[in-house]
Amino acid sequence: MTNATEQKNLKVIVFQLADKEYAIPVSHVKGIEKLMHITRVPKTERYVKGVINLRGVVTPVIDLRERFDLPVSGNEETTRIIIIALETMEVGFIVDSANDVLDIDASSIEQQPEVVGSLLEDFIAGVAKLENRLLILLHLDKVLNPID
Amino acid sequence: MELNQYLEMFIEESKEHLQACSEHLLELEKNPEDLTIVGEIFRSAHTLKGMAATMGFEDLADLTHKMENILDAIRNSKIKVNAEILDVVFESVDHLEEMVYDIADGGDGKRNVQATVEKLKRIEAGEPATAVSEEPISSQEVAAAMVANEIEQPAEALELKLTYDDFEKTVILQSSEQEFNAYEITVALREDCLLKAARVFMVFEILEKNGDVIKSSPTVDKLEEEQFDSVFHVAFISKESAEDLQKMLMKVSEVDRVVVNKIDRDVFVTKTTATEVPAEEALPQPAVQETETAVSEEQPKTAAAKNNTSKSGHASSKTIRVNIERLDILMNLFEELAIDRGRLLSIAGDVNHGELNETVERMSRTMGDLQNIVLTMRMVPVDTVFNRFPKMVRQLSRDLNKKIELNIVGAETELDRTVIDEIGDPLVHLIRNSVDHGIESPEVRRAKGKPEEGTVELRAYHSGNYVFIEIEDDGAGINRDKVLAKALSKGIVTKEQSLTMTDKQVNELIMASGFSTADVISDVSGRGVGLDVVKTTIESLGGNISIESTQNVGSVFSIQLPLTLSIISVMLVEIENEIYAIPLSSIIETSIIRQSDILNAHNQKVIDFRGKVVPLVFLEEIFEVPRAVQNNDGLHSVVIVRKGDKLAGLVVDSFIGQQEIVLKSLGNYLTNIFAISGATILGNGKVALIVDCNALMK
Repeated sequence: MTNATEQKNLKVIVFQLADKEYAIPVSHVKGIEKLMHITRVPKTERYVKGVINLRGVVTPVIDLRERFDLPVSGNEETTRIIIIALETMEVGFIVDSANDVLDIDASSIEQQPEVVGSLLEDFIAGVAKLENRLLILLHLDKVLNPID
Repeated sequence: MELNQYLEMFIEESKEHLQACSEHLLELEKNPEDLTIVGEIFRSAHTLKGMAATMGFEDLADLTHKMENILDAIRNSKIKVNAEILDVVFESVDHLEEMVYDIADGGDGKRNVQATVEKLKRIEAGEPATAVSEEPISSQEVAAAMVANEIEQPAEALELKLTYDDFEKTVILQSSEQEFNAYEITVALREDCLLKAARVFMVFEILEKNGDVIKSSPTVDKLEEEQFDSVFHVAFISKESAEDLQKMLMKVSEVDRVVVNKIDRDVFVTKTTATEVPAEEALPQPAVQETETAVSEEQPKTAAAKNNTSKSGHASSKTIRVNIERLDILMNLFEELAIDRGRLLSIAGDVNHGELNETVERMSRTMGDLQNIVLTMRMVPVDTVFNRFPKMVRQLSRDLNKKIELNIVGAETELDRTVIDEIGDPLVHLIRNSVDHGIESPEVRRAKGKPEEGTVELRAYHSGNYVFIEIEDDGAGINRDKVLAKALSKGIVTKEQSLTMTDKQVNELIMASGFSTADVISDVSGRGVGLDVVKTTIESLGGNISIESTQNVGSVFSIQLPLTLSIISVMLVEIENEIYAIPLSSIIETSIIRQSDILNAHNQKVIDFRGKVVPLVFLEEIFEVPRAVQNNDGLHSVVIVRKGDKLAGLVVDSFIGQQEIVLKSLGNYLTNIFAISGATILGNGKVALIVDCNALMK
């Protein structure tokens, strides 16, 4: 499902996290929301920021920076929550900013993500090179599964 | 044709038609002369048959067809309605219902209905359904042969097919003392069965999972070598009922029929056979086989064909089936709107613009109405559960030889769909209990100076935010001494406790786990499954059940249920800036305590609450609430909650107040969060978590 390379052309949502650009297939994205009030849920993983009221549906949100062990930043004007639907789960990802919707040619996706050293390689489904941009395709199943 | 998409519709409509059949049959029993009722039943049956045939459920269509023949004969005054005929038609409807439920559960709707089909055919041929006469008056030779066969069958069934040595007899006798049942099981494999040994193996595997095989004929070795025709006998002890065993064994493919006969102790000891019929006789399984299908082909089809064109006179109520999930979505959207309304109201208040105020106010009112509609959309009349009981009580009273009238009051009372779905089984249990243990036999009732016919009243009504369902009978009531004696013997209460218990407390003992008042466990009130299951189910729905009973006057079982499961009453509390909801159902009271009231016991902070030592739970610690400033005024707000008879005091910063909230789940990503049972959305649009008090108490 998240194996992007099987399709010829892949439409993705591109977002920014620290200094890198990441991509999620548009088919899994239910919406992009501005930051709203998050209710903390006690005794959960550190990266689970809590739950939000998404039009009447209580939806958990994950801080992707914390999930990827990136330095934590304060919330900016550009901070967004990307709502992901995966199977029966709905989860929001907190990202620095949501930049773009792009069509990526499957041929530009490389499987080996050796270029990105700092990130847990498990989370990465592939890397796409677009002219002078480098997009990291996320492996949603892995991101949503607890590692420990 | 792709039929799957119609399956759900088929199942729903079939249920409706079968329900209509049952209702009209009960009516017909009261007015046997009224042939228009027969017409109604016929139409329902006919539609059902057509649908079943279209959907490819041949067995269902076939049985309906046979039932239809009888109805047609009654309609055309060829047969006169009597209780016996109605019994058989009811039996057919029961089978049809089972088939439909099987289909609804993903099965193929197949069911062994030979016995019923035989009865139907005999009625059609103008003979008594349960053949008793020595000389069946018959116009058809085939039918005569079948009846003759049928007469032999029951007599034969009683005789023990196996011989037992003394040791085996002792085993069987002892097992029956330990509440095991001894059975003699006859399994007939299909003539064309290819792997007989394999089928034998499968049969034995099922048996060994459910009890112990004492012996078999032929012996196991011979069976394994396929040295038998197609029938073999097994002596077997088990706690399962004959009916369940029969069903389980019929699941093995290529098994043609299974007869499970209970080995009655007395029969066994005295070696008498036909005179003492065991009460729980196995399902009658007539030996008639292949002849049957041939005859069915000859059944007149003209009657059915003739009526194909007549339009069904069913007055369809104008309803539409909506997936409950869509209603949930609607409700969510509505809440969102309600929150915006709140915001609009406050903005309009700030702006203070005449026309804007007016518009916002009107919108508010409309939304109030809309809210009522949205909330009541999930409500279903309790009739959808009640409607199956008249037939059930009828059957039970016939089985038990009791005279019982069932009155239903308030069937139009509405209840949330999710509650309705859960409440059926507990009610079945309670009604069976009333009919079986409550209402006495006609002789006993006469002796007590009561009318022979007992009354069971089932009623439902609204009161406040609750629905009450009550089952009242004018039967024997609960025998205090008997209940206490039983509870003592089972160790549910101690001698000292028993002396001081009120009648109400004693009554409630019958719902304690491991309790069954029946001296003899009967098939009717379930195999020793006590009322504790009923109690648990009702409590899991957020309701409760109480019993009132006067000996020789009767009992009332009263169930209190919340109107809906999705709305609960909570106490909102605040800790730092976080708001939590504590379900009112767990709260005993709230109080403010001083720091100096807190005592230390084994590193556990406790308070003295009305003479009871109650442990304190500091929610800010449990929930690791980040603190900006320490609260230093020396006072604590405490919510006293209970779990069973245990108490605990939840310490919070302040109480906000009581509120009705809509229960929401945290979704599939966050499961099993400690001490949080769900969430809700507050008026300001923020999410508040619901505290699971049970998790906080060990």
